[in-house]
Amino acid sequence: MSRLDIIDLGYLLSAVLFIVGLKGLGRPRTAPRGNLLGAAGMFLAVLVTLLNQDILTYTMLALALAIGTAIGAVLALKVKMTSMPELVALFNGFGGGASVMVAAASFIEAVDLNAHTTQISVAAAVTAFIGAVTLTGSMIAFGKLKGSLGWSGFPGLSLVRAASLLVAVPLAVLLVMQPENQGWLWALVAAGFILGVLGTVPIGGADMPVVIALLNALSGVAASTTGFVLDNPLLIIAGSLVGASGLVLTQVMCKAMNRSLLEVLFTAAPTGSSSGDDDYGDGVTATSGEEVAMLLEIAERVVIVPGYGMAVAQAQHAVRDLMVRLEASGVEVVFGIHPVAGRMPGHMNVLLAEAEIDYELLFDMDQINPTFARTDVTIVIGANDVVNPAARTDPDSPIAGMPILDVDDSRTVVVIKRSLSPGFAGISNPLFVADNALLYFADAREAVLEIVTALNEG
Amino acid sequence: MTLLIALTLFVLAVFLGMELISKVPATLHTPLMSGSNAISGITLIGALVSAGTDHSVLTTTLGFVAVTLATINVVGGFLVTNRMLAMFAGRKKNRS
Repeated sequence: MSRLDIIDLGYLLSAVLFIVGLKGLGRPRTAPRGNLLGAAGMFLAVLVTLLNQDILTYTMLALALAIGTAIGAVLALKVKMTSMPELVALFNGFGGGASVMVAAASFIEAVDLNAHTTQISVAAAVTAFIGAVTLTGSMIAFGKLKGSLGWSGFPGLSLVRAASLLVAVPLAVLLVMQPENQGWLWALVAAGFILGVLGTVPIGGADMPVVIALLNALSGVAASTTGFVLDNPLLIIAGSLVGASGLVLTQVMCKAMNRSLLEVLFTAAPTGSSSGDDDYGDGVTATSGEEVAMLLEIAERVVIVPGYGMAVAQAQHAVRDLMVRLEASGVEVVFGIHPVAGRMPGHMNVLLAEAEIDYELLFDMDQINPTFARTDVTIVIGANDVVNPAARTDPDSPIAGMPILDVDDSRTVVVIKRSLSPGFAGISNPLFVADNALLYFADAREAVLEIVTALNEG
Repeated sequence: MTLLIALTLFVLAVFLGMELISKVPATLHTPLMSGSNAISGITLIGALVSAGTDHSVLTTTLGFVAVTLATINVVGGFLVTNRMLAMFAGRKKNRS
């Protein structure tokens, strides 16, 4: 068997490992094994690639692999679970960036050796552009998620954005027609960089899960098109698998917000003009830790609805203390999780898992909604728009039609919130003035600890 | 590999990917995404070849940076996914 056959067989086996691994990641019981199989596939792919006869400078590779491994391992082991979305965005960007460089290097080499074909040129053009968008888009998403980037664009941004998208087509055509002229390649990369920045900058908090999922899909597509440049079937298969799974998640997130992908990308997130306190008048009933504790003492079933505010306040461990305390006195406690709660798809589940809350206690929107009617107390912690009944009742509301958690069906709703300020969507929430709603104005973590203390004293 | 075969692989893999992912519970969305993200670091394979050919300073430099970035993506992605999934699994054992 020749060296090339061994490499190709290795790639086939890697592709199988990726497919079985991805399938495994789809079920809780098999997910850890799925991840290991994926990693094994990658290891095998790297190993057989090093057999490639074109590879001459192993020292360079060893150095780059060592640096990358060290940085990747440190980042992965140090990251806090609340910062997971930033890290995934960063990794996405690195993957996309690597694809641009590989496509560029291979293309330049092929042209120098006069071995380029139309397929290589077209694929290099597509990869350069998509990879560049992924790189800068992910960097902007990283900054936004970290909270260190407040910039949300300038007037006329959509025009520049459209221009950078439109100019990419003629640039790609020029690159294919004159492959000797490297200038077209770098101009295309620059257009991608601009589109990545401007495409992500206007997108705010609630739309973030969609963007992260989309960038994930793009990094896969970039890897796949790199496969067309290199004529490498493993890159095509693995990249398309990731691209497709990213697209499925993007679709899930869009559905959860009742928005189309085009709306997320091309229109600002829905906002109202609510100023806050004035919308509610005297209709709001404020409550305290002791009062909530008294309600919980006589409750049989409690649903906790966590949101972005809980993540910001790092309240997940306090929430677990509350759950344990309530379970000890025989109260049934479950969690209702909206698909876009948190900052990336399923982020809230990870935060609760970090606090050692069983995933069997976590129910998604469709499962939990029918059960609110037989729930004594629902505690909403730092979630706003995902429990806003206006989505259901007010057809003129900016979030009309968005699927929400029907917390108002439960006997009593306790909303823990710092103030009456509107949430991300900037719209007032009729839930706050409902007869069965109590507002607990406090930091999420302090409020939950207060309730636990009151329960222990009472 | 002809272009048509490459396209066939691409299209089939897209359908397969959608089929594999379509029924994943919300609990696993984040681990799935970071795990699949690590797989997208497969571009590392291309980077290894580009950096290793010793063709010109420019292509070698591009390849070197690409290997580094892709390795961060791959190693970091699989490790962080493993960390998350260990939280899911470890907790179950403690309770039962």
